Amino acid sequence: MTTTARSWSEMFGASERLSIDPAFAELRREQSLRRVRLPYGEPAWLVTRYEDAKVVLGDPRFSRAAARGRDEPRTRFHVGSPGSLLHHDPPEHSRLRRLVAKAFTARRVEGLRPRAQQIADQLIDRMMAQGPPAELVEDFALPLPITVICELLGVPVEDRVDFRLWSDAFLSTTRFTPDQVTEYVGRMREYMAGLIAEHRETPRDDLIGALVTARDEQDRLSEEELLAMAEGILVAGHETTASQIPNFVYTLLTHPEQLAALRADPGLIPQAVEELMRYVPLGGGAGSARYALEDVELGGVTVRAGEPVVVALQSANRDESIYTHPDTLDLHRQEASHVGFGHGPHHCLGAQLARMELQVALGALLRRLPGLRFAGTEQDIVWKTGTATRGPARLPITWDRP
Amino acid sequence: MTWLIEVDASTCIGSGICAGTAPGHFAVVDGVSHPVRAEVDPADPAIDAAESCPVEAITIRDKETGETLAPEE
Repeated sequence: MTTTARSWSEMFGASERLSIDPAFAELRREQSLRRVRLPYGEPAWLVTRYEDAKVVLGDPRFSRAAARGRDEPRTRFHVGSPGSLLHHDPPEHSRLRRLVAKAFTARRVEGLRPRAQQIADQLIDRMMAQGPPAELVEDFALPLPITVICELLGVPVEDRVDFRLWSDAFLSTTRFTPDQVTEYVGRMREYMAGLIAEHRETPRDDLIGALVTARDEQDRLSEEELLAMAEGILVAGHETTASQIPNFVYTLLTHPEQLAALRADPGLIPQAVEELMRYVPLGGGAGSARYALEDVELGGVTVRAGEPVVVALQSANRDESIYTHPDTLDLHRQEASHVGFGHGPHHCLGAQLARMELQVALGALLRRLPGLRFAGTEQDIVWKTGTATRGPARLPITWDRP
Repeated sequence: MTWLIEVDASTCIGSGICAGTAPGHFAVVDGVSHPVRAEVDPADPAIDAAESCPVEAITIRDKETGETLAPEE
């Protein structure tokens, strides 16, 4: 059954703050798979239920590599580099992912925790010396993950202003024009090529250094794959966490009884991060399309071979068949794991790093800034627009002076 | 040669990476991965899965020698 595709903006209103359009709940109830037309690319099936989402993301009958040569349904103009992890299926995908997976295991990430803690503490020292108030995004949420990923990857943190702008272009939905996106994506490429050349000249013990060795001495990836990997890790490695830190703070400040529970029991922080990952709709749109390699029965329809499917993770995470009172933030919740980091072979490479950084960030903010609250009112928060990740562009905060 | 596949259920986070990478070797049931069979013939995708697991919950060993084949240290 192929019904007419409706446009995303017709189906779902403009998302305000961190709200989720009630139309998702209706779709989950009535028609898990629905024809949709995203701002760019061909029409697709939209998946809204948790179990269906896991099938599309995890089952090898659905392919990312098959998107090659197709006009992918997407919310962003930029389709990504052809050499990136997200453009391959296993086993080609495994060849690339294995080159970097070790750097992001839970064990390796634990080794980075003291350094992340130190960075967080230094940022808070500065906020306390200059405030209250402070601006959470610029003063804390951005520099923490940027510093961590720069040190891990081997990118000079001083270049932050430049690569932030180019990184925003990768994620732009409407913020930049297509010409601007093309220009900034090109500048990121030049920048990364320059950094890789520097690493070749002076070998260094960081992830770009390891990738250069894997290319030059072991021929395990192409130059295009090397560039795409380094760019992908730099962009995805900071923007998401930098958005989730203020998103989590905003969510906690607007759920005072949950915040009080967390203050009373800091041991709850890891579990709180999981529930916040479930609850906060970081990506307001749909993820990268998967193409069916054969006819697949799913959610009461037949997805035909060759048809693209997109998943709304924010909807899957609120599926009432999986979660009790899914629209309630409950930091003590112990139910099925969320799909905030995706599922299947493309499950977020940096998930363990993000978890650690978010735990460190929340712990440090709550411990060191007593009485943490909005400076002014909720109206003083500026929300990002025209980009794939939702979150505050500016979140003024204040706290009790000691 | 025979390989032994084990998944530490208490460590597994149910990412689904293994089942998507080596669908013949792993299945995620109720959010936890299990080997489809504990003893298998050598197969690269199984190693890929073990090496890609973010929490290193998968171990692959040589049945004869007991040597750990994946994950690498």
